Amino acid sequence: MKPGGWLLCCALAAAAPGAAQAVDAQPGAGLDQLLQLLAARRHGHVTFSEVQQLAVLDRPLQSSGELVYDAPDHLEKRTLQPRPETLILERGVLTVQRGARKRVLSLRDYPQIVPFVESIRATLAGDRASLERYFTVSFSGSLDQWTLELVPADAQLAHTVRDIRIAGERDELHTMEIRQTDGDASTLTIGAALNP
Amino acid sequence: MTRAGVAGSVIWALLALGAAAIIARANYTADLSAFLPRRASATQRLLVEQLREGPAAHLIIVAIEGADAATRAQASIALAARLRSNPAFIGVNNGDATQLERDREFLFAHRYLLSADVTPQRFTVSGLHAAIGDSLDLLGSPEGVLLKPLFTRDPTDEMLSIIDSLDASHSPHTSDGVWSSRDGARALLMVQTRGAGSDTDAQEAACQALRHSFAAAVAASPSARRAALRLAMSGPPVFAVAARDTIKTEVVRLSSISAALIGALLLAVYRSLPALVFTLVPVASGALAGVAAVALGFPAVHGITLGFGVTLIGEAVDYSIYLLIQNRSDFRRSVWPTVRLGMLTSVCGFTALLPSAFTGLSQLGLFSVAGLIAAALVTRFVLPAWLPQALSIRDLTAIGSWLAVALEKVRAMRIALVALPLLAGAALYLHRDALWNRDLAALSPIPAAEQTLYERLRADAGAPDVRYVTVASGADRETALEAAQALTARLRPLANAGVIGGFESPSAYLPAPATQRARQQSLPPAPELTARLAEALAGLPLEAERLKPFLADAERARTGPELSRADLEGTSLARAVDALLVRSDPGWSALVPLSAPGPGELSDEAIAKVRAALTRPAGPHAQLLDLKGEADRLYGGYLADAVQLALAGFGAIVLLLLIMLRSPGRVLRVVAPLALAVLAVAGLLVTFGHQLTILHVVGMLLIVAVGSNYALFFDRSAAQPGQGSLALTLASLAVANLATVIAFGVLACSSVPVLADLGSTVAPGALLALLFSALLARPAVDVRAEGH
Repeated sequence: MKPGGWLLCCALAAAAPGAAQAVDAQPGAGLDQLLQLLAARRHGHVTFSEVQQLAVLDRPLQSSGELVYDAPDHLEKRTLQPRPETLILERGVLTVQRGARKRVLSLRDYPQIVPFVESIRATLAGDRASLERYFTVSFSGSLDQWTLELVPADAQLAHTVRDIRIAGERDELHTMEIRQTDGDASTLTIGAALNP
Repeated sequence: MTRAGVAGSVIWALLALGAAAIIARANYTADLSAFLPRRASATQRLLVEQLREGPAAHLIIVAIEGADAATRAQASIALAARLRSNPAFIGVNNGDATQLERDREFLFAHRYLLSADVTPQRFTVSGLHAAIGDSLDLLGSPEGVLLKPLFTRDPTDEMLSIIDSLDASHSPHTSDGVWSSRDGARALLMVQTRGAGSDTDAQEAACQALRHSFAAAVAASPSARRAALRLAMSGPPVFAVAARDTIKTEVVRLSSISAALIGALLLAVYRSLPALVFTLVPVASGALAGVAAVALGFPAVHGITLGFGVTLIGEAVDYSIYLLIQNRSDFRRSVWPTVRLGMLTSVCGFTALLPSAFTGLSQLGLFSVAGLIAAALVTRFVLPAWLPQALSIRDLTAIGSWLAVALEKVRAMRIALVALPLLAGAALYLHRDALWNRDLAALSPIPAAEQTLYERLRADAGAPDVRYVTVASGADRETALEAAQALTARLRPLANAGVIGGFESPSAYLPAPATQRARQQSLPPAPELTARLAEALAGLPLEAERLKPFLADAERARTGPELSRADLEGTSLARAVDALLVRSDPGWSALVPLSAPGPGELSDEAIAKVRAALTRPAGPHAQLLDLKGEADRLYGGYLADAVQLALAGFGAIVLLLLIMLRSPGRVLRVVAPLALAVLAVAGLLVTFGHQLTILHVVGMLLIVAVGSNYALFFDRSAAQPGQGSLALTLASLAVANLATVIAFGVLACSSVPVLADLGSTVAPGALLALLFSALLARPAVDVRAEGH
């Protein structure tokens, strides 16, 4: 890169927060900025609550707990209510601990699970390559109030998931809605930040 | 020709014809059986039987490398389809969707017979409530996506319970719909051949068929990158074929090189073609006698024995060399007694190998004993009658005299030999911790590259070397399965506590009949279950109406037939059951391999806990088998065996010399240089970084057995100064020694470790034995005076 180019980059980076309103005019640029912002965040620890609508059930399932994230590929979902369960996603391997039982699933072996976990992991990590590997991504809104819509990119993933909408504000996620092909749906709402 | 000569020739001809007839009708093998013990403990028998004929002995791991993942996956599917239609293979598994689907269907269809959670308690009102409640929780998690389609048929999650009980860590990864290595760089297939493990021809045909099928699958591939696809395969059938090829080519190569070199040597020495031909008569007779004796004494002559037999060329040729070079007219009186004693000491040494548990060694012993006796007898009773009076060879007196003078000069320095035991002792002491190679693989004729490939493919396939296996036995399959079931009940708490990582039991895929019946009886009849279910759903967000498929499936399982081995056909579980449920003498054994909780092996502490769990009173008979420990013990046994046999052989040689020479002083003078040679070779071997194996030990015995010939000639010269020319004796010893060193030296270059170890010990040992014998012998006559 020429010295001039380098300077230009620095200038753009410094100007970025103020330039937030301008991004709508350039599709892709908003997504870039959002992902950069998200990628800069190394750690997060928040509460969550989740509501799931399943056709087979008479009423929705409700659960709540904590989410812990460490960049770039460690994500923990600790469900505390109604029954304790821990999901740990680490480098493509999902470990599920429920009571005395522990199960280890490699995402490579269970592509059906991929959209459920990679959507949030890759978004938190600002990992554009992963997001675009699995989904067609569209960005709307502004950096202060954004929504990402993820549609599975290949038939295998589309077999279970219709689309995923993640909404947030700057580097914080607020909600994640997953709609499945069979009509079932879930909404994850992120609450207060906790101290580590 | 004298009458005795004619009689000898006739007897020789008849025996040679007889031997040839035996050899023509003998069985020959070149598989790995020479490396397996003839006698073994019950556990070793199980181990050896598994190695020879168990399912593992038929398994080929196939890897498809190169190009891209999609092209590899497509080639894997095409190859699997071709192999499945070939009767040479009984199982072909590549993890493709159809296979996986078939396994899942089987497990799901028989879930109420297979799940250990199926107990009467689980189908009570409270049991159903708890199980369905758990299942609802799961539906909300990512795993729920996998289970949701099955929920209305399996609301108590028996399928999950089954999958949990199967040790999933052992199945390979999947990439593009087929099995792949962990890094995704290779597509993997597991192929089971039909032929017996010991039938190397069948295994070779199967390997060929596999290569052809791969080539055909690649040729038919629509991918543009198909040319980049490569095939790698490994496993016991591949090893058996490779080992046989190696041994075959080595034996032919080594014997031709030896024969050519020794022939050239003798031609250079004799400068007479007829003399060369006559020299080879005892060697050829000895080889005939040796092979015939092994054919009579063993079920099959092993290829490796013929490889060892190359050494016979080097030893038997000596006798005729002595006959031709030394006093030919007075051979019977002046040379034969010494040759006979030398032959007897060699025979003593080789006889010590006969009782070895290592088949290859005991065949070597018999081959050599028969061969040496035959060669010596032919030299004494047949060959002299055949030699034409006019046969003239070069007079070696001049060379002998030169050798004698040179020797006399070197003798002045023989005091230096005192340092030798000290140096060798120091070398051995410095390497005392790593003196012995205790690895059975040290004997394996399988090239190191092949072994590395095997390890890599096994790791890729997620099938690491299993070290600990628990074994439950029974009179028949059913009782063995019953015992395995009881065994798993004892192992389960250890697995839950994380003491062991897990285990794999055949009873997980095929429960014992009694267990299946008990599970069927745990399911209440349909009306009863319907009533209980309605009650159990109170407080759960679910209508009983939705679970009608569950009620139907439970009723079908309750009243349906029991599972048998035949029901597994077509699933990959059949392979697991066949591998883990094996016929053993007497009855059947269920093998339940244990895995470690983390990387590495089970700790001693964990092993102690497993043993404690197994030996708790009032349980079925079960034992813990340490495969590596067992293999080490097997090899340790060989090694201890070889050391004992070598010492016994040495003792027998000393005893024989004491009887024949009737003088401890003379015996000492014969034995001392040999002992020094052995010590020096041992010191040299460890100094050059060799770890001593069983074949080095045997080689040391052979140094004594072969070297005694030289020492005895020096002893004769000293004891009976009138007997023969010292110069000619020296010349003949030098030529004979050179022939021996050539034969063993060629062996030392072999790529088969057992042959190379033996050769690299005996070749320098024989040379040093001659040198030390010469240096330590009492000078008999003034050689300088004789030379003129």
